[in-house]
Amino acid sequence: MRFSGLKILTEGLKGNSGWGPHWRDPEPAQEYDIVIIGGGGHGLSTAYYLAKEHGLKNIAVLEKGHIGGGNIGRNTTIIRADYFLPGNSEFYSHSLKLWEGLEADLNYNVMHSQRGKISLFHSDGQRDAMIRRGNSMRNQGDDAELLSVKQLRKMLPYLDYEQGRFPIYGGLLQRRAGTARHDAVAWGYARGADQRGVDLIQNCEVTGIEISGGVVQGVQTSRGPIRAKKVGIVVAGRTSQLAAMAGMRLPIESHVLQAFVTEGLKPCIDHVVSFGMGHFYISQSDKGGLVFGGDLDMYASYAARGNLPMVEHVAEAGMTLMPMLGKARMLRSWGGIMDMTPDGSPIIDKTHIEGLFLNAGWCYGGFKAVPASGNCFAHLMATGQPHVAAQGFPIDRFRTGYGLIDEEGTGSQHNLH
Amino acid sequence: MRIECPLCGSRDRREFYYQGHATALDRPKPEATPEIWDNYLHNRENLPGITEDLWHHEHGCGAWLVVKRNTISHEILSVWLAKENGL
Repeated sequence: MRFSGLKILTEGLKGNSGWGPHWRDPEPAQEYDIVIIGGGGHGLSTAYYLAKEHGLKNIAVLEKGHIGGGNIGRNTTIIRADYFLPGNSEFYSHSLKLWEGLEADLNYNVMHSQRGKISLFHSDGQRDAMIRRGNSMRNQGDDAELLSVKQLRKMLPYLDYEQGRFPIYGGLLQRRAGTARHDAVAWGYARGADQRGVDLIQNCEVTGIEISGGVVQGVQTSRGPIRAKKVGIVVAGRTSQLAAMAGMRLPIESHVLQAFVTEGLKPCIDHVVSFGMGHFYISQSDKGGLVFGGDLDMYASYAARGNLPMVEHVAEAGMTLMPMLGKARMLRSWGGIMDMTPDGSPIIDKTHIEGLFLNAGWCYGGFKAVPASGNCFAHLMATGQPHVAAQGFPIDRFRTGYGLIDEEGTGSQHNLH
Repeated sequence: MRIECPLCGSRDRREFYYQGHATALDRPKPEATPEIWDNYLHNRENLPGITEDLWHHEHGCGAWLVVKRNTISHEILSVWLAKENGL
């Protein structure tokens, strides 16, 4: 189904009765050239770019639940390219450029909003680090501006500038950063992949990976066996389970991350804002809800729900920064399963099994990576060579210690990134 | 979530620091191969269900504990002192 101004006009006159499903609901075939396990943002974008940029036709995406039902359907929707270290820097820069062309590319409104992200800092040391980060971002070719308190007071009048404990010294602004409607990103990629002949197979859980002589042969699923020449694992928090089916033990520990949304309010927070003295980040959705999150609950979990101490911690951080938040009522909270790696950076690589590829370890920053992750993973699966923007993400860096991308400098403990 | 410290009794989760999987107790010899060290430091089973991990009773008695719990339900099944693992 294509969208056009004329179609929207005529459907408006016909009571919107002529819209069809955005993608097919095919039965799985017996064999594909490429099977992508995982119909989340990263899996869908991988399938889309395999079809669009590499001209491949015979592709299936296998999804255990429904399209858009995992972390892509529940996150804080922040898009930014403000990483400091080589490896991450060029990758997220690539992703931001793909975001900027995404709606035209997909012919789909993902409500991409470059409203700017402001990272606040609260001490001389943090200011020096932010200046250095800003320089690194500009060296990469992305934008970064240092804001004084005077400028901040104008842009963000609602912050608590008078408090003594965490005084606000300034902020680093990236104007091209912002948000997008997460569901629409999944739907747009799903529709785009489907239009190019990709079979999106929902309610199809992979239960085994068939390997013979060190070469992948296909997968076992809840809807029968499917043969495949190449298989890509793109399942975020469930990566270790899939890897175990192929006899692999990976540098990943799954943790729960909570996020929160308030009731709908009139526009009051115009940007994405993050707090430098605690883990807290916030933006306002187009529906009016204040969407915010904090840190992991810190213990390994597959429960997809968290505990109250972190709710309290996030609420305290928010109130410290923006006392006005205390007047808003929280509508709901949720927990997602995050694939945490020992350096906090992802893995896009081949495995020791021929034809089996791995895209994982997005920790809790996967949303902004969706376009570049799929773009680079598709490049790797189609050509056998890493994409130039994702050369920093081999799995071997943990064994050799060469090329670790530890942005926070917290060492090899999975939950500290 | 409450954790039953063998020394202090049932305590709020906030008193404890989570270190990671209890595999941290099985430290290889210094001369072990890079593969063994890589496996020890980084790689994890990480399957949903019963796991044993290492917690420090930071704001309590200071003991290191092994906590056997369910990562799907957050139920805590048993807790013992890490030194009982032969440290």
